Amino acid sequence: MDRFVFLTFDGLSRGAVYAAFALALVLIWRATRIVNFAQGAMAVATAYAGYSVSAATGSYWLGFGVAVLAGIVLGTVTERVVMRFVDHSSPLNEVVVALGLVLVIQGVLGMIYGNEFRPAAAPFSRDAFTVGGVALLSRFDLFVFAAVGAVVAALALLFTRTDTGLRMRASAFAPDVSRLLGVNVGGMLTLGWALAAAVGSLAGMLVLPTELGLHPNAMDIVFVSSFTAAVVGGLDSAVGSVVGGLVVGLLLSYVSGYLGATVAPIAVLVLLVVVLLGRPGGLFGRSAARAV
Amino acid sequence: MTTGGGKSGESGESGMTVLRYLMWTVFAAALIVVLTYALPPFRTYQLATVGAYLCVTAGLTVLTGLNGQLSLGHGALMATGAYTVALVQDGLAGRGQWTLLVSVLAAIGTTTVVGGVVGLAAARLRGPYLAGLTLAVAVVVPAVASTWDETFNSDQGLSVVLDPPPGTVPFERWQAWLAWAGALVTMVALTVLVRGRFGREMRAVRDDETAARLAGVSVGRTQVLAFVVSAACAGLGGALFAVLAQSVSPGAFPLSLSLFLLMAIVIGGLGSLAGALWGAVLLVALPAVAHSVTEGIDAQRLEGNLPLALFGLTLIVVMLAAPGGIASLRPFRRPFARLRRKT
Repeated sequence: MDRFVFLTFDGLSRGAVYAAFALALVLIWRATRIVNFAQGAMAVATAYAGYSVSAATGSYWLGFGVAVLAGIVLGTVTERVVMRFVDHSSPLNEVVVALGLVLVIQGVLGMIYGNEFRPAAAPFSRDAFTVGGVALLSRFDLFVFAAVGAVVAALALLFTRTDTGLRMRASAFAPDVSRLLGVNVGGMLTLGWALAAAVGSLAGMLVLPTELGLHPNAMDIVFVSSFTAAVVGGLDSAVGSVVGGLVVGLLLSYVSGYLGATVAPIAVLVLLVVVLLGRPGGLFGRSAARAV
Repeated sequence: MTTGGGKSGESGESGMTVLRYLMWTVFAAALIVVLTYALPPFRTYQLATVGAYLCVTAGLTVLTGLNGQLSLGHGALMATGAYTVALVQDGLAGRGQWTLLVSVLAAIGTTTVVGGVVGLAAARLRGPYLAGLTLAVAVVVPAVASTWDETFNSDQGLSVVLDPPPGTVPFERWQAWLAWAGALVTMVALTVLVRGRFGREMRAVRDDETAARLAGVSVGRTQVLAFVVSAACAGLGGALFAVLAQSVSPGAFPLSLSLFLLMAIVIGGLGSLAGALWGAVLLVALPAVAHSVTEGIDAQRLEGNLPLALFGLTLIVVMLAAPGGIASLRPFRRPFARLRRKT
């Protein structure tokens, strides 16, 4: 029972990160109908930048800020320089270009930093508090919950309470009409990419210290888990991506805890297959004539 | 090696066609044999690698280019074939050359089954969903190898027991012959398949599923079959890789391998079997060129990473500079795509 409680909290903590990462995927999907397959690599790139700054200055938080800022820059550049010019008539095109970005980013990171694992320091202790002999949460887990909660709340406020959020939703929903009404649709798309990349970078900074460490390929498996989370929730649903993230986090935690860590990726694959075949719109998706 | 694109209306002269394929095959085989005698051992080994890659790229270009299904999981299918060869060779060790044929056939069989399972799921999925699912398949390889480590020996992998080549043939030459025998069989089989009824059905499904269904084509069946055929080719390619490297390990089939394969067929020209050949050549040549460039300067980190970056950059530039590439495959999908955007 103790173990179950511990695994549950651990899973929720992991799930919060997957939720944030899935949220970033959903942001871009809703705005542009593109699944950003390069998001994992982009997050790793910004994490490298952040940890380089931390190592140079000795301040973790400066590096953390640099990573998120680098996410904004990288997202903007990706949209302005590459994604904007992709022909959207076939959904294959965007996927292939994003995968090209993955190769470029991983190659460049490998050239600059080398392909060995580097330790990624956590800003808080990862030793869990114990309540009545049961290990529950570490300070770092609390930090993860706080950071992801803040991001989700900020995004919700942005999209539901501000003019900019309304413009972004309008650009995604009806680009032509929005343009007629004077909305800078291109700018809104860029803003969407910048925001999503920043959220992705934040998620990267939260997940890399846990077990992965810094490596050009470190986020591959996180990307797959988060994609699964987004699909579980329905790619169109922001709420769904958060719930999906928590579901995937719990599943991974239980599977790793009871069956062994190597089984976790297999469990993700099985979950993805089951959801795609059973309920392709996701738990929160609206049904469509041809959703998938 | 003929292109697979478009020209499917020449069915009246099937006798001539068979003769032409036969002549091409004999010509290609003769060329390979001459090359294996002319080239030094290392170049012969590279030639063999091109042959092994060709099996995979040819199968993948048929799936993605002609049937419109994107697979990022072909690296995992290659791993399936390679591990099958390793296991069967180990089981039949030392009984003669014929065991290699058995294990390669077993590899194709296993991969066909795995491809059928993935294909059944894939036939119901489109675009990014299919890409995500096959990506998950590609990522799962090391996990499978570690979970059942009594069989697959986790990260260390297995060694492939091979009998020495017959007579006094050097090992690299023997490997090149084996690899290209597989590659030529694949190319001929795919060319025949693509030029025939099945090829037309695949293209019909790719261009417009509704129209294909109205014309009596079973969309799901065609998609699953295309995936199975492509998987069988990947399995053969993987088996040949096991024979070439004489070992298999998860590290030999990383996610980047699947991305490289995709890049090779995009640059070679999607849906074209001749393009698959150029892609396979590129997959061997580009790392070799990058290696010789970085050899002079002391830059260990460039090794392996420079080709990665170059591959990615080429992929992006090709997609941006020639947007007609993939897009021209689905001219009739446009209105539907636009409708979907609005829902």
